[in-house]
Amino acid sequence: MDLSYTPEERAFQHEVRTWLKRNMPKRDPAERPLDFHEPERVARAKVWQRKLFEAGYVAMGWPREYGGRGADVMRQTIVNEEMVRARAPGLIGMMGIQMVGPTLITHGTEEQRRRHLPKILTAEDIWCQGYSEPGSGSDLASLRTRAEMRGDEFVVNGQKVWTSNAQFADWIFCLVRTDPEAPKHRGISYLLIDMKTPGITVRPLVQMTGDAGFNEVFFEDVRVPRANVVGGLNDGWTIANATLFHERNMLGSTTRTQQVFQGLLRLARTQGRGGRLACADPAVRRRLADLAIRVETMKLEAYRQLTDTLRGRPHGISASVSKLVTTELNHDLAEAALDILGSYGPLARGNRRARDGGAWPLDFMFTLGLIIGGGTSQIQKNIIAERGLAMPRELRA
Amino acid sequence: MIDFGLSEDQEALQRAAREFLAAECPPSLVRDTAEAPGGVPRGLYAKMAELGWMGLAVPESHGGLGLGTLELAVVLEELGRVAAPGPFLSTQLVIAALMRAGSPAQRRAWLPRLVSGQAFATLAYLEESDRHDPAGIALRARRTRDGYSLAGAKLFVLDAPGADLFLVAARTRAGAGPAGVSLFLVPREAAGVRVRPEETIDLTRRVGELVLGDVTVPRAALLGGEGKAWPPLERLLDLGAIGIAADSLGGAERALEMAVDYSKTREQFGRKIGSFQALKHMAAEIVAEVEPARSLVWYAAYAFDHRPREAARAATIAKARLGDVYARTVRRAVEMHGGIGFTWEHDLHLWFKRARWNRVAFGYPDHHRERLATIDKY
Repeated sequence: MDLSYTPEERAFQHEVRTWLKRNMPKRDPAERPLDFHEPERVARAKVWQRKLFEAGYVAMGWPREYGGRGADVMRQTIVNEEMVRARAPGLIGMMGIQMVGPTLITHGTEEQRRRHLPKILTAEDIWCQGYSEPGSGSDLASLRTRAEMRGDEFVVNGQKVWTSNAQFADWIFCLVRTDPEAPKHRGISYLLIDMKTPGITVRPLVQMTGDAGFNEVFFEDVRVPRANVVGGLNDGWTIANATLFHERNMLGSTTRTQQVFQGLLRLARTQGRGGRLACADPAVRRRLADLAIRVETMKLEAYRQLTDTLRGRPHGISASVSKLVTTELNHDLAEAALDILGSYGPLARGNRRARDGGAWPLDFMFTLGLIIGGGTSQIQKNIIAERGLAMPRELRA
Repeated sequence: MIDFGLSEDQEALQRAAREFLAAECPPSLVRDTAEAPGGVPRGLYAKMAELGWMGLAVPESHGGLGLGTLELAVVLEELGRVAAPGPFLSTQLVIAALMRAGSPAQRRAWLPRLVSGQAFATLAYLEESDRHDPAGIALRARRTRDGYSLAGAKLFVLDAPGADLFLVAARTRAGAGPAGVSLFLVPREAAGVRVRPEETIDLTRRVGELVLGDVTVPRAALLGGEGKAWPPLERLLDLGAIGIAADSLGGAERALEMAVDYSKTREQFGRKIGSFQALKHMAAEIVAEVEPARSLVWYAAYAFDHRPREAARAATIAKARLGDVYARTVRRAVEMHGGIGFTWEHDLHLWFKRARWNRVAFGYPDHHRERLATIDKY
């Protein structure tokens, strides 16, 4: 057990800290870290990612030939920690960096890697994920979007739904049915599709927050080169599971959680409640302490998982545990803020009396979406019980 | 370089302890010990002493294994897994106090017997007020010509019925603050010492009242400086909190295993009950609490030895969380068993009840939450 940094790591930490101090954009307190919907925020966010990339701080563990630094996991961990400390804005290209990028590094062809990985890092290509369909949510493998081979191309027809970031994404990684005769898990392929291809229509869906944060994506005779399949034809379920693992890790990241807790504590130290500061109320103090303990637990748990990675040990179901616990925790943090705020809690953006620009009620709703997205809490529990504890599988169609 | 995991040696210790205790401390021994006066399973403790466990964290120069708090936590987790009875943790606390503040004469007098398992010891600090802060220590120790005279009662003394030595917190100066708190080594055979076992629901632990009827001890019984014992005592309570947290982790793991195993054999509606999502989700919720909690125990044990400025905070966090997690886990585990889990015959209630002591020993969860709020200056 050793939780100290080497002299080199400390020097690197200092370098990152100094860089962030000089280069971080001013933050709008009403912005939510993972939610991009206004075009001008998208543009600003791309500039920020590019800047971080040029400094060498994005996806440092990726191989050099694809724009990474070939650095060890520790370097990226230090960058992530310093970004929390500085309350730096999140990265707009997260789905590329965290999901499709690692999947291509493991399963992609050389051509796919060379073409896509560098642009993921620079934010030139923003990616979105085409998994869920109107009839296929938790039962993802029942998906019906068809891709038929015609010559050297697939012709894709169907519909995806809940597609975050599709309104400005350049590419979509998509699960499509390539063999309708095969058992449902064995007839699926993982396809990379350029969002500018004719036949793709993106229609915004308004979330309960009032923002058009996700979309429906329609495919009508969309032609996709055969070379855009990742892994083998009809091997998409395996690849999708690899990506889902990365997604759970992304949603289970404690970085955001730590930032939000800091904000909650600032709120409790400034907000009056019952004639005194909220942080002087014993019930609030205990609730905050309980949340702090849960945040600390997941921070340390991330170190434990990092250690498993460094030691080359399998992770088992830890990504599912992190996704389940962290998304629920994020929602509970926002709820605590609303309770501290009392009548100020439900005040919306634009209301001059709203605290923190009305960010807390938005975050309360936004984080409920994260509990559902990427496999609901209930699906994560099934995974933990069946894969982690080997409890008997239920009969499923 | 972050390396947040057990070393190969620590993992080997964990495996060895698990195998040893599975063979040597079955539930039948736990039940038998509940009937025995003193509550010390002597045969088991003789073997534990042979393995060196009683002196696990004692330097080799003093006859111990020279290991640290993390190794201690590893063993305590395994003891919690089997709901082991007896004064292991209590004795470790007194050993730690002797190592930190004991005089050479005090160490010579007690360490060899404690390390060899010939004698057991415990810490007596709580009183009727049940406060875990300096104000909780009201029992007076008055100066006499060549020593001190202690009169009063200490309550909720863990493992008191089997203890040969008590480390007693008392006031040498009136007040409610940290100044004036002193620690005394009081042997059980000293005149005026009486131990009254308390009846509790927990069959796996013994708790007692220590009655001190004008007990006279020599000046050499004072451990550390007169009136200056609160900081070392607070550190002992942190060690106790870490120990109970580790024990809770092991107990929660075991309760989960029992519930999951049962769900794979019990059939209702023509299928294994473990195939129902209602039970799967209960089990998964336990996993989601217990698995990450291990990191808290490890970190608290590591910080106790290596990060003095974070040690109290880490211990408080581990104790608050594990107190909750263990209690919730055993409750769910009983529910997953249904009627059989509610019987005296089934062993599960041993853990269910131990969780109640673990929740309050060395500070109940709300005490530690308030302490964290104070440490972090909310």
